[in-house]
Amino acid sequence: MSAIIELENVSMMFNLSTERVDNIKEYVIRMLKRQLFFREFWALRDISFKLEKGDSLGVIGLNGSGKSTLLKVVAGILKPTKGRVMVRGSVAPLIELGAGFDADLSARENIFLNGAILGYSREYMEEKFDEIVSFAELQDFIDVPVKNFSSGMTARLGFAIATMNIPDILIVDEVLAVGDYKFQEKSFARMERIINSGATVLFVSHSVEQVKKMCNKALWLEHGKMKMFGDVNVVCDAYSNQ
Amino acid sequence: MEQKLISYVKTFFKYQNLLKELVVRDIKVRYRKSVLGLLWTVLNPLLMMTVITIVFSTIFKQSIPNFPIYFLSGSLIFSFNSESTSNALYSIISNASLIKKVYIPKYLFPLSKIVSGLVNLGFSLIAMFIVMLFTNTPFYSTLLLLPIPIAYVFVFSTGLGLILSAATVFFRDIAHFYNVFILAWTYFTPIFYPASILPEGAMAVMKLNPMYHYINYVRDLVLNGVFPSIRENMICMAISLITLTIGIIVFYRKQDRFVLYI
Repeated sequence: MSAIIELENVSMMFNLSTERVDNIKEYVIRMLKRQLFFREFWALRDISFKLEKGDSLGVIGLNGSGKSTLLKVVAGILKPTKGRVMVRGSVAPLIELGAGFDADLSARENIFLNGAILGYSREYMEEKFDEIVSFAELQDFIDVPVKNFSSGMTARLGFAIATMNIPDILIVDEVLAVGDYKFQEKSFARMERIINSGATVLFVSHSVEQVKKMCNKALWLEHGKMKMFGDVNVVCDAYSNQ
Repeated sequence: MEQKLISYVKTFFKYQNLLKELVVRDIKVRYRKSVLGLLWTVLNPLLMMTVITIVFSTIFKQSIPNFPIYFLSGSLIFSFNSESTSNALYSIISNASLIKKVYIPKYLFPLSKIVSGLVNLGFSLIAMFIVMLFTNTPFYSTLLLLPIPIAYVFVFSTGLGLILSAATVFFRDIAHFYNVFILAWTYFTPIFYPASILPEGAMAVMKLNPMYHYINYVRDLVLNGVFPSIRENMICMAISLITLTIGIIVFYRKQDRFVLYI
């Protein structure tokens, strides 16, 4: 079987100049002082792995180990400084729920806007509209501008849109800690359904138990380097016992 | 190479709907909470025209016969370019939250601003036609050719918008500078004065102003009922295509770095 996600020697470099240089005067001064491209920071170094269809990968590691950066590289938001990323299939990124919302527009308008951001047609969204609204439990607030929503409501709507159909690849970045326990249960159930239907999942979490429960493979990152990659139990046990 | 091109075209069609939604959002948000709503797109140029006509028509009475239409035809085309490029300038930085979290072809943001400018222009043209009715301006058949100069300006503004939106990510100064630049550009384009009042030296420089060519083109169609020469068409087309090419190259080269600076 061919790999659905393949990373080859992926490295990601950020320029950590202490202040952001975004005006011309500063730029010229720094260029003269030769401070412009000063502090390089490699968030990821030489990451290579392959995932096949149906795999679910848990990414574990301490804060700042490059987990979120890795997800963003796979989602296509960041382009790696070096290396190659191959992703075959549709991607549903749950990196920050409700990222594409326009606060001034109503929930109804935002559903269509967000659907378009994910690349769906208007007709398709109309078909899915009722399902999204009922999953997000926002029937009574559908024509209210999103700026008046609570953060839980926004997250619910974002989750409902992003997971409305079964993607080939689902990317989840610790977003499930939103909403009340009822909604959390509901969203976990939906994610499990997506995993069981054969989608490939990338999942970042600090909770080793959660990773063990949901994934069959794990990747342990430390300071942007791959410390371990393989079966979820082996990697998670090594991580907990370090 | 060929495969790459095909995948570009595919993504363009995939995200066509997003372009539409972005334009609709733009127009909706702009007129939200105003009582007259979309009617403002027609009213705005009408009121502007009234003010400018009252102020300037006495000064240029001899040299410009049909001042209201002379002004409107120039100003509509000019503000299509100036407004849509000014909006495009902010389009990348103001969508930072989106660009950081979802993959979207980034050129959609500046492009959507130019398209919503185009929609606005469509409404404003209604205002011009209304004024033409009231001032007994003849409707020449050349009016049907108006889409040609509008297409030229659209391509030109898209190119300029791409350059500005990419450059502003790295240098926020450009946003402040461009306001002043637009003001100077407004005065240096014969919108409410006839180009004939310019001294010879200034006229030579004027020929380097793209908007001068586009506005002349529109006025030829609207006021004089003549189709501009092939030469003039070539000039307009060349300016548009060169600007667009530069825009695409600049944007394409820089777009992967946007996310690190916004």
